[in-house]
Amino acid sequence: MSKRKREIKLFEPALVNTAIKQSFVKLSPRLMIKNPVMFTVEIGTFVMLAVVIWQMTTHDTTQGAVWYNTVVFAILLITVLFANFAEALAEARGKAQAESLRKTREETPAKKVISPGDIFVKEIKVVPSSQLRLGDRFVCETNDVIPMDGEIIEGIATIDESAITGESAPVIREAGGDKSSVTGGTKVLSDRIVVQVTTQPGETFLDKMIALVEGASRQKTPNEIALTILLAAFTLIFIIVCVTLKPFADYANTPITIAAFISLFVCLIPTTIGGLLSAIGIAGMDRALRANVISKSGKAVETAGDVDVLLLDKTGTITIGNRKATNFYPANGVSANEFIDMVVYGSLADDTPEGKSIIELASKQANPTGSLDQFRHQKLAVYKEPLSFIKFTAETRSSGVDLPNGTRIRKGAFDAIRNIATKAGNTVPKEVEEQVKKISSDGGTPLVVSVNNEIKGVIELQDIIKPGIQERFERLRKMGVKTVMVTGDNPLTAKYIANKAGVDDFIAEAKPEDKMNYIRKEQATGKLVAMMGDGTNDAPALAQADVGVAMNSGTQAAKEAGNMVDLDNDPTKLIEVVEIGKQLLITRGTLTTFSIANDVAKYFAIVPALFIASIPALQHLNIMGLKSPESAILSAIIFNAIIIPMLIPLALKGVEYKPIGASALLRRNLLIYGVGGVIVPFIGIKLIDMLLAVFM
Amino acid sequence: MNTELFGVVIIFLFSVLLAFPLGKYIARVFKGERTITDFMSPLERLIFRLGGINPADPMNWKQFLKAMLSINLLWFVYAFFALIFQDKLPMNPDGNAGQTPDLAFNTAISFLVNCNLQHYSGESGLTYFTQLFVVTFLQFVSAATGIAAVVALYNGLREKTTNNLGNFWNLLVKSTTRILLPLSLVVGIVLAFNGTPASYDGKDTITTLQGDTVQVSRGPAAGMIAIKQLGTNGGGWFGANSAHPLENPNYFTNIIETIAIILIPIALVFALGFYINRKKLAYVIFGVMTFLCVLFIGLNVYFETKGNPEIDKMGIAQHIGNMEGKEVRFGSAATALWSVVTTSTSNGSVNGMHDSLMPLSGGVVLLDMMINALYGGVGVGLLNYYIFIIIAVFISGLMVGRTPEFMGHKVEAREVKIATLVWLLTAFLVKAGTALAAYMVAHHPDVAWAVKPSAWLNNPSYHGFSEMLYEFTSANANNGSGFEGLGDNNIFWNVTTGIVLILARFIPIIGPLAIVGLLANKKFIPESSGTLRTDSITFGAMTLAVIVIVNALSFFPALALGPLAEYFSIK
Repeated sequence: MSKRKREIKLFEPALVNTAIKQSFVKLSPRLMIKNPVMFTVEIGTFVMLAVVIWQMTTHDTTQGAVWYNTVVFAILLITVLFANFAEALAEARGKAQAESLRKTREETPAKKVISPGDIFVKEIKVVPSSQLRLGDRFVCETNDVIPMDGEIIEGIATIDESAITGESAPVIREAGGDKSSVTGGTKVLSDRIVVQVTTQPGETFLDKMIALVEGASRQKTPNEIALTILLAAFTLIFIIVCVTLKPFADYANTPITIAAFISLFVCLIPTTIGGLLSAIGIAGMDRALRANVISKSGKAVETAGDVDVLLLDKTGTITIGNRKATNFYPANGVSANEFIDMVVYGSLADDTPEGKSIIELASKQANPTGSLDQFRHQKLAVYKEPLSFIKFTAETRSSGVDLPNGTRIRKGAFDAIRNIATKAGNTVPKEVEEQVKKISSDGGTPLVVSVNNEIKGVIELQDIIKPGIQERFERLRKMGVKTVMVTGDNPLTAKYIANKAGVDDFIAEAKPEDKMNYIRKEQATGKLVAMMGDGTNDAPALAQADVGVAMNSGTQAAKEAGNMVDLDNDPTKLIEVVEIGKQLLITRGTLTTFSIANDVAKYFAIVPALFIASIPALQHLNIMGLKSPESAILSAIIFNAIIIPMLIPLALKGVEYKPIGASALLRRNLLIYGVGGVIVPFIGIKLIDMLLAVFM
Repeated sequence: MNTELFGVVIIFLFSVLLAFPLGKYIARVFKGERTITDFMSPLERLIFRLGGINPADPMNWKQFLKAMLSINLLWFVYAFFALIFQDKLPMNPDGNAGQTPDLAFNTAISFLVNCNLQHYSGESGLTYFTQLFVVTFLQFVSAATGIAAVVALYNGLREKTTNNLGNFWNLLVKSTTRILLPLSLVVGIVLAFNGTPASYDGKDTITTLQGDTVQVSRGPAAGMIAIKQLGTNGGGWFGANSAHPLENPNYFTNIIETIAIILIPIALVFALGFYINRKKLAYVIFGVMTFLCVLFIGLNVYFETKGNPEIDKMGIAQHIGNMEGKEVRFGSAATALWSVVTTSTSNGSVNGMHDSLMPLSGGVVLLDMMINALYGGVGVGLLNYYIFIIIAVFISGLMVGRTPEFMGHKVEAREVKIATLVWLLTAFLVKAGTALAAYMVAHHPDVAWAVKPSAWLNNPSYHGFSEMLYEFTSANANNGSGFEGLGDNNIFWNVTTGIVLILARFIPIIGPLAIVGLLANKKFIPESSGTLRTDSITFGAMTLAVIVIVNALSFFPALALGPLAEYFSIK
């Protein structure tokens, strides 16, 4: 897959600049209040500011030295700014990602069709693309850039979609059917189409996604809400801890300064996860966008992580587009070379992928090193006169050629060719009949070849399973996701391919309503189902599925029904989407654990520092051996502040998902982020204290 | 010393060995299967007929809580007035006076909520009538309320999707007739044969070796002592509780009484496994609880048998350990064991004075009560543990990349909200209560109250702080034991701890049952390999981490200022 990666560096200078500016804008309490944890830090910062100002005007020193309080104030302010920066950077990256997509659809001239009114001919007028409205029609001809998303209502064209998908091979789009959508910014390579605009300007999926990233319409997902409640509870616990510490200290005759109280509080509340929470959410959508998936809501990404059942179309997802010829079986008395000649002439005019694959196989068998084109020309050059080719029709269900010498070669489905043979009074060779059965039961498709109404042999066509797909299904199985293959094949063939590819279940001879029923059935047992689809037929199922990914090439109805749109039209994308969803949850969970585990060390830093004067015995709790109460408190809040930017890369990239089973994954993450979260701050705070000792 | 340690190990092992079959039996009782106590069913049918109850009526979580709370209110009103007017009621051979309203308020609530914080002494503060028909009655029904609540939890976990948590009345009655009454009968008889009084004759007069005449309080005590141990009540017949020679006469009765403390709480954990048919889940829960409990026992046995460093400094040998406030007939190790199991289970009976524990042992029993879920009170311990499970499920669910779920139901914002509220309440009640007391002592020591704050504390400094902290922790845990240096029979302590008691009893029952009711109502999600198994050792470790971290974070400063400061200053 030659996917164009829109990689943006983590700390791209331009984005960092915007983010720094935004971090200050976000200090506005009206914006801060959405994040209760950081809002309380901001309040603490203001209180410290008041203390410093009051000290400067009254020269009161009962609250500690002015410089010390000023430093505490500055560190707290930086803590808030770091958190804002994380969010702003995530937003900026998401926006940049979306902008690079939006750039493709800047102002382009559109050949608008003016509907026939007084004039009797349709008139075409060139207007800027921004003037196109829902329902308008425009024409695109060779080398035109399509000005806007729409649906082809007339004509067929080859289109270069590389601007959107990064895929350089042109695709065919045509009116009617499931491949009728065109995207703004892509280019028509040949032919002429008439397109109807399907969205209002500013309401395309991309516009919606940009709005989500920008925060205007960003809504918290259910898991995010639950986590915010948990974090708010932790914040409340520490408010209780800090408020009650005042009378406790009074009882112990220990004066505690405001700076110390606020430092203790800010250190204890989960600022690390609180500061990074929204960045993690935005980064999740951003990762989806980088995979060329437009998500209509943050919730959809999150739900993807919970999916239990994946419905996958066989063709394109599990197997490479089409069947291929894999073997020739000549009937008794026909030599291999003779048979190759027969099938080659029978397929020379056959433009279907199956036909091409027959020539390919024949060429390889005749001369393993020779080139395909050469082989083709060589065979064509045998006859001077043009050959008369017989096209495949639904009635004859066979195709072939009549050679100038009168030889009639036909190939087709077994029963079609059998009809031709028996009508002419010939019998079906026993070995051919057996071979046909064998191929069918192996999941293949037999094509039978006759020459002058005599059956000469069988061509075996097989579905080619995509390389590496078995491993992906294995990975999904370990995640606990059940895979279901949907195919129009008969149950026998379907079963064979399902086994070979390693999917858990299949729906054979699938009609559109079968998908719907299957989804309903799974959902009734409490499972979440994801599917991918493109056709209008798929729309109800896409809407019914918990995660419905519509292909961008699909119909408008399909795109409206799903909650994600895949710009690459890549059916395996579902698997990636599931992993992105899981990554999102894991990143939140692990950073929460890390944040809370950090508190242990902070207690050991600050509590002895607070009581050192009145209860010298508590010096035993100063297990880090921090130099002085002041340096201990400063080290703790400095650590607390700098851990936020240090974790930004992790928050934006996401914690890696490993399909090793839930318990093993929990063990692993608990060890890294839980135990690590206990140990790291002990080391960090000690190091900062050693550094501060140089100055203090 | 080795014999003493052997005693500790044996007592604990016996408790577990007995709890296992009892758990199986309890599960059978509530499943409605045949048991050896089926002879009780005519009595139960009579109670149901008199009460106009159909024991098969289903109840959703709201109906269940409504029934539970209304009967508890009724019991409270009855107990409150009976205590105030006990001097005018029969069965008062010693001529004891009625309780003051604030003491009656505290006592009624205290026994109603299975706490048994006693701001009075049984010998003089109660009559035989109130001992039997208020105190002992409440000891039965409050324990039965706890069991009924936990069986409601079982019911919610057992079904894939259900509205029915079981009929409260049915569970309440059966808990009493099938579990508490039979076991109390056995324990009571054993105690009576070992010298615990079971008499209505009033005080006895004996002449001591010195020739003095001493009035010895007696009463129908054996049965009450049995249920106070079995029902994690803890309120003794005598003021000195199980340290009193008539309440706990010898080492054998001490074994029986220690086992009786943890027997039902452990059995209810096993019963969960048998009842919902997920034995592994029960074993993991049991494992986590036992791990911490054994760790605490180890610490306390170590510190108590090691003795007091201040006495070491004087050059006095103390090979039998720290014996201040302990009974020679039990020894320091058995008292250390008792101190942990009684605080683990919210029992609160004592066989030695907790005020005289070494500082860190005192810290351990405090922490034990703060956690309040290591087996925990009858029924309610498992409900408290359930809150920790919900928090652990939520965090670990996120860590494995799936919306958190427990037993096939998604844990979402509403459940997290309730769980954190219950948890916040614990921290709030303990810390705010202690802070209020500390504030009064520090700033208004001489306010014109009957007992001035300056007179509350018999010990200054860190230990005085521990005393206040202990009182509120004990009240919040519905434990009922005390650091008895505290002068607590006055309006401040009676009213504040009374309020703490009532909130800390009912909200931690309402919360978990609401969660289980809400969850049981949701669509059931079948397990897949992506589901985090909650019956694994990994998840057990996660729950353990949550318990330790959550409690450490909430209480570290308070513990540092009390027990830790004391420990480091005499080290």
